[in-house]
Amino acid sequence: MSRSNTSFGLQASPKHPVTLNVNGDEHDLLIEPRKTLLAVLRDTIGLTGTKEGCSTGDCGACTVIVDGKAVTSCMVLGVTASGKEITTIEGLASDGELHPIQQAFINTGGYQCGFCTPGFIMASKALVDENPNRTEEEFRFALGGNICRCTGYTKILEAVLQAAEEIRTTHREQAE
Amino acid sequence: MKSFDFFEPTTLAEASRLFAEEHAQLLAGGTDLVIGMKASTETPQSVISLQKIQGLDSITSDSDGGITIGAMTKVREVELSDDVQKYHTALAEGASEIGSIQIRNLATIGGNIAHASPAADTVAGLLVADAQVDIASADGGRSVPINELFTGPGQTVLKPGEIITQFRLPNPASGSHYIKHKIREVMDLAFIGVASAVNIDNGTITDARIGLAAVAPTPIRATEAEDLLKGKEITSELLEQAGEAAAAATSPISDLRCSAEHRKEMVNVLTRRTLQLAIDRA
Repeated sequence: MSRSNTSFGLQASPKHPVTLNVNGDEHDLLIEPRKTLLAVLRDTIGLTGTKEGCSTGDCGACTVIVDGKAVTSCMVLGVTASGKEITTIEGLASDGELHPIQQAFINTGGYQCGFCTPGFIMASKALVDENPNRTEEEFRFALGGNICRCTGYTKILEAVLQAAEEIRTTHREQAE
Repeated sequence: MKSFDFFEPTTLAEASRLFAEEHAQLLAGGTDLVIGMKASTETPQSVISLQKIQGLDSITSDSDGGITIGAMTKVREVELSDDVQKYHTALAEGASEIGSIQIRNLATIGGNIAHASPAADTVAGLLVADAQVDIASADGGRSVPINELFTGPGQTVLKPGEIITQFRLPNPASGSHYIKHKIREVMDLAFIGVASAVNIDNGTITDARIGLAAVAPTPIRATEAEDLLKGKEITSELLEQAGEAAAAATSPISDLRCSAEHRKEMVNVLTRRTLQLAIDRA
């Protein structure tokens, strides 16, 4: 593999064609390999609901769901998300109806400035989808990768527990 | 982040050939590499993703508890695997200690080991599982015991082009336990990591393995403490002696997390504690 044409670090590497499936919409894009999934979502596709906090994986503000798993999108190269199913905060509401987790955050006032909220909601959604029967302690641990610098977490946790309860009820009703 | 050429080979042979070139870096889960590239502590000219190579991300078991874990298996899968939890509890516990769920959904066990941090949370569990590290390369590959893999902080015996493909854990102990000494419950690095694994017959320790992380330039086995335990009846004096022997095997540094003296003393305490908990599980 010849590298003679590469001027290291100074010029952009060739862009790669990718197809990103975001919230059910397919986006055929040409992106630089060094762009994170977070950057592609925000800057290329224009979905700015996903937030950039620390950009080192520590704060969870950039959490999105990829193939059913919550991940910090600041640590993912956009090129590696090609062909995968990506859900962002913009994809949660359907037919004008907020997702129960979104509604619960409103009901409890589980936010102040709102910057961490999309990350908290996406992380919570993946947890509730996986197992809505977690205890308060388990939810608290499982949300350890999300940081809020305003509220002190009490209302956030209340929102998650309320949403989990509602989802359990829905599951029970569907089973009957 | 500086630009780089990006490759997504579909075979190990192709990946190995690309990785043998200068200034090439492997991408597994990306949780170390992408952050390193942002901070410019990693400045690869080419990045070779292993994500498109099939067959590197599964956990398989044989009938007597031997387990093989593909290098690209997500740490979260290792943590949640029934077989790992049952036969290699210390490894499952170590995996569960890494970062957050979001990070564990990305990070791979191969990346955690190849990164060669002396504080890696999966390493003590792999040490006490006597893991064999299978390595692919252009000339066919080789296998290295995990305790011979590391040569220093961030350094391994891996040569250019060599890629870790899987970990073979042939010898489940009847009980094992991992303790990560830390301040925060999640999203913290280990001050110290200690894993113990034991087999017991009628109150006598027939086999003992102790793995220590973050207390020497590489992760280590406390072999003198292990030898001291083998064939002996379990007593609190014996566990104390083992704790002291394990502490004597360490050569910790002082850093902003804690002092070398604290690390040494805590290895003594935590070795005793993990041994007792491993014994309780056996």
